Amino acid sequence: MELFTNQVLAGIATGAIYACMALAVVMIYQAIDHLNFAQGEMAMFSTFIAWQLMQWGLGFWPAFLLTLAISFAGGIIIERALFKPLTNAPVLVHVAGFIALFAILNSVAGLTWDFTIKQFPSPFGSSGFLGSQLISTHQAGMIGVVLVLLLLLFAFFRFTRVGLAMRAAASLPESARLVGINTSWMIALGWGMASAIGAIGGMLIAPVVFLEPNMMGGVLLYGFAAAVLGGLTSPFGAVVGGFLVGVFENLVGTYIPGVGNELKLPIALALIIVVLVIKPSGLFGRKIVQRV
Amino acid sequence: MSTMLTIKDLRAYYGQVQALHGLEFSLNEGSVTTLLGANGAGKTTTLRAICNMIRSTGNIEFEGKPLTGMSTENVVRLGIAHVPQGRGTFTNMTVEENLQLGAISRKDVKNIPDDIERMYAHFPVLKQRHTQQAGTLSGGEQQMLAVARALMLRPRLMLLDEPSFGLAPLIVRDLFGILAKINREDRVTILVVEQNAQLALELAETAYVIETGRIVMSGTAKEIADNEDIRKSYLGY
Ligand SMILES: Nc1ncnc2c1ncn2[C@@H]1O[C@H](COP(=O)(O)OP(=O)(O)OP(=O)(O)O)[C@@H](O)[C@H]1O
Ligand SMILES: [Mg+2]
Repeated sequence: MELFTNQVLAGIATGAIYACMALAVVMIYQAIDHLNFAQGEMAMFSTFIAWQLMQWGLGFWPAFLLTLAISFAGGIIIERALFKPLTNAPVLVHVAGFIALFAILNSVAGLTWDFTIKQFPSPFGSSGFLGSQLISTHQAGMIGVVLVLLLLLFAFFRFTRVGLAMRAAASLPESARLVGINTSWMIALGWGMASAIGAIGGMLIAPVVFLEPNMMGGVLLYGFAAAVLGGLTSPFGAVVGGFLVGVFENLVGTYIPGVGNELKLPIALALIIVVLVIKPSGLFGRKIVQRV
Repeated sequence: MSTMLTIKDLRAYYGQVQALHGLEFSLNEGSVTTLLGANGAGKTTTLRAICNMIRSTGNIEFEGKPLTGMSTENVVRLGIAHVPQGRGTFTNMTVEENLQLGAISRKDVKNIPDDIERMYAHFPVLKQRHTQQAGTLSGGEQQMLAVARALMLRPRLMLLDEPSFGLAPLIVRDLFGILAKINREDRVTILVVEQNAQLALELAETAYVIETGRIVMSGTAKEIADNEDIRKSYLGY
């Protein structure tokens, strides 16, 4: 029983990171209807920036906040420079754009900081949370930070005018323009926020997987899985999907003999395919009630 | 009375297909004008061209400013509210959020709650349903919401594309009554596109008849309504 609780809690903790990545992916998907394959590399790059800031002597939290600001601006710049010109381009051109971005970020990170793994500090430490053996303080911290992030995002979309404008632009761009919303900037803003959210995921997972240019590959796959499972149109679904994938992955690895670490990912992906066959819009995909 | 909107030699295109062929007309400030014509005549296209939602050439001036090359959202920000054909309702948001969105480009944020209350006074049914998803409203309720959303801009000019579409006659009367009141009390200039010519001619002072992308007739609403030939050949009543 203790093993079970332990695995569930650990699953929720890694699930928090998947939730972050899924949120970032959904944010951009809602704005431009494409999956950003480079989301993981953007997060990795942000994490290196945080690491560099700390090398220069900044404390964890100042480096964390500054990295969020830099990532936000970086996301906006990437959209303006790379993807805005592609607005009406076909899907494959977008895919090429994402792959280019992926490759650029990966090699620039490798060139700048090399490919050896680096320690990334945790602001929460790694002792047992509240003295228990079930979950570490870092894992508890990951869950806590993601929950705070969710609350802030919820409040932003529900209670601010910019949040409302972003929702409108994502759901009906033409109507949004007719009430005076600059939908193009809303897309850029979505990129900035996705980039910052991804950065949080990167900085939280780095103490666990260690910092190196390829650290986000697997994480982003799980993030995609979570986003699809939650129904790509729902930020709430993305988060629930993240936690579900995290827990499922851990339980499968622990309890199904012979699965171990190598087969966890394919099995998690298989689950998603099953879900999508049964419910194509994902668990929380938006069903729009519409009467004409 | 000064001219608010002048349109000269307006041509609009859907891909290679030309839908407007050198349209010319103008609106006086504070007036109600109607644009009449059969299906496919180019009424919707005209309204879309005014807001730069479609590729067009020609000259459109609003209060002396040319709108050429301006983005749709910047045209709207000049005070031109457009209730599109199909209403453009944000169906997955609440009624109140739809009204908030109507005012989203306004800087005078503190006046918005009062304006929402004014809309609820004009359209009490919206108040009853203010927390409801807009997509669950009936067609008539959605049309009222679309008009209310447009008014939340505090527009100088309102473009309405077939506001009577799909509404029961009694509700249409109500809606047109409210439009007349808004025009009178808030001095909003109105350009209304209608299939329901009879009703539109009661509301409007000036009327234009459009056929295959050209203005073929214009005059005071009374002249057009009294001319049996025009009524029979263009307006079908
Ligand atoms: N999206 C489009 N693509 C191609 N042609 C179009 C498109 N929309 C309209 N048209 C064409 O442009 C012309 C004018 O259409 P428009 O929608 O302006 O007519 P309308 O007067 O509003 O008609 P209705 O009363 O049926 O709404 C028509 O010949 C129509 O076929
Ligand atoms: Mg039309």
